[in-house]
Amino acid sequence: MKTDEYLKNVVTLSLNETACNGCSTCLQVCPHQVFIIRNKKAIIARKDGCMECGACQRNCEQGAITVQTGVGCAAAIINSVFSKSNTACCDC
Amino acid sequence: MNEMTDPKAKTDIGKIVEVSLSDAQISQIESIQPIVTGAHQSLLKTAPPRPDTAAGQPCCGPRVPAPQTYIPVATRTEDGISYVGSALNFADRLGAVKARLGKWRMSYAIAPGLYGLGEPTRNSPVVVTANYKLSFDHLRRHLAGRNVWILVLNTYGINVWCAAGKGTFGTEELIARIRKTQLADRVDTRKIILPQLGAPGVAAHSVKAQTGFQVKWGPVEAADLGAYIDADHKATPRMREKRFPLKERLVLIPIELRPALKVLLYILAIASPLAALAFPGAYLNGVVHYVILLAMYMSAGVLSGAVLTPLLLPFLPGRAFSMKSIWVSIGVLVPLGLAMTNQIDLTELIGLSFISAGIAAYAAMNFTGASTYTSLSGVKKEMRLAVPVEIASTALGVGIWLYSQIAA
Repeated sequence: MKTDEYLKNVVTLSLNETACNGCSTCLQVCPHQVFIIRNKKAIIARKDGCMECGACQRNCEQGAITVQTGVGCAAAIINSVFSKSNTACCDC
Repeated sequence: MNEMTDPKAKTDIGKIVEVSLSDAQISQIESIQPIVTGAHQSLLKTAPPRPDTAAGQPCCGPRVPAPQTYIPVATRTEDGISYVGSALNFADRLGAVKARLGKWRMSYAIAPGLYGLGEPTRNSPVVVTANYKLSFDHLRRHLAGRNVWILVLNTYGINVWCAAGKGTFGTEELIARIRKTQLADRVDTRKIILPQLGAPGVAAHSVKAQTGFQVKWGPVEAADLGAYIDADHKATPRMREKRFPLKERLVLIPIELRPALKVLLYILAIASPLAALAFPGAYLNGVVHYVILLAMYMSAGVLSGAVLTPLLLPFLPGRAFSMKSIWVSIGVLVPLGLAMTNQIDLTELIGLSFISAGIAAYAAMNFTGASTYTSLSGVKKEMRLAVPVEIASTALGVGIWLYSQIAA
C-alpha cells in the first residue's frame, strides 16, 4: 500500500468524530481507503493516502469531514501563477 | 501548451457552427438525437454555455467555451431515447487513439441524455456517466450482453473524475438531467448507479432529497460494474480503490510528452545558434556540435522525467516525483557520460548533465497531474522545494557548460 502514498503530513483532511454518525459513506466514496470504522464511528486510518479529492466531504451528510479540495497537478498550479485569473487550470 | 487555449484544437471534428440560441431552442435541439453513425456525419449542434463552476473550484479552459459538436453514437432513436450497442467499431477505436494522443482530447464528446444499451426495460439498472466519448465507450464495452439505461451528463467532454473535481459532473447537473430526461416516468427503479470517482462532485443525499433517486456508488473501474450489479450493488474493497497500474501510466505518457517536446524544440531553436555564435570555431561546426549535444542531453532529460519516471514510478525511492526522477537521471546520465568521455571534456559533461537532470525533475513533477494519488497540498509543497532546485540545477548546468567552453 505504501506505493500509493504521496508526501507525508501535508494533507488538510480532518474528521469531527463527535459529529460522525457512522454511516460509512466516506468509506464507500474514498478512492484510497483512508477511512475505517471503529466503534461505530469513522476514523482516519491512512491520512497520507488522502489526495484531497473531496468526495468524503461532499457526501458527508453530517458535515463531519473537512478538507481543502483541489487537483494535485503541478501544471495547474503553474498555469494559475502565469494566468491573470486566479483559477487553477490544467489540461485534464 | 494548453490545448484549451489553442483555437486549432477545436476544429478537428466536423465544422463548428457559431449560432446564438435561446435556452428553449437549445433544449429543443438537445431532444433531437442523432440517428446517423460515422465520424464524418457529425450532427452539427451547439452546446449551451459552460456554467461557471463554484468559487474555488479549478476550472479548465476559456471562460466562454467554443461551441461543441457532438459525435453521433446511436443506432436508433425511439421516444427521445438513443439506443446503442456495446461493440466498438473502427471509428470508435480510432477516436480513442486520437484522444489519447491529444488530438481530439478536448472535443471528443457525445450528446448528453438518456441512452439505452441493448433492450432495457422499466426494471433495468440505470448507470450514470460523463459525455466524454472515451468514458462512454469504455462503459458500454464493459457492459456487453446487458440491458442497461445509461444517463449521460454534460461534462463538456471531460472524463468523470476530472469533471467531478471541476463540479460539472455534479449534483446540479445530475438532478437537472434526471428531470430533463423524465427518468422517473421511464423506469420503475429508484436507484441509480454512479461511478465512485464521480463522488467529489455529487452529494448523494441532495440527489435523493430532490429527485427521489437513491445514489448507489458503483466501483471505480467500469470493468467491475457487471460484478457489482450482479452482487446487488455490493463492491469489494478492491473495487473501491483507485490504483495506478503500468497500463494506465503508459497511456498517459504521450499527453505529458507532447508539451515537453514542444518546449524542447523551442529552446533548441533559440539556444543552438546563440551557443554556436558565442563559442569559437567555424560557425557550421559550432552549430552542429552544440545542437547535437544540447538536443541529446535535453532529450535525455525529457525521456527520464516524462517517460522513465512515470513507468518506474512505484519502484523509485522517495515520495516527491521530482525526487524519484533523480534516480532515473543518474541511471541515464552515468552511462551516457561514460560513452561520451572520449568526445567531450569532463566539465562540459557535468554542465550538460545538470541541465538534463533539471529538465527531468521538472517533467517528472508535471506527471503529478496525471497520477491518481497526489494531493493539492502535497504538490504545492513539492513545488516550493523542487522548482527552485530545478531552476538552479539547469542554470548551474548552463553556467558550467559556458565556463567549460570559455576555459577550453
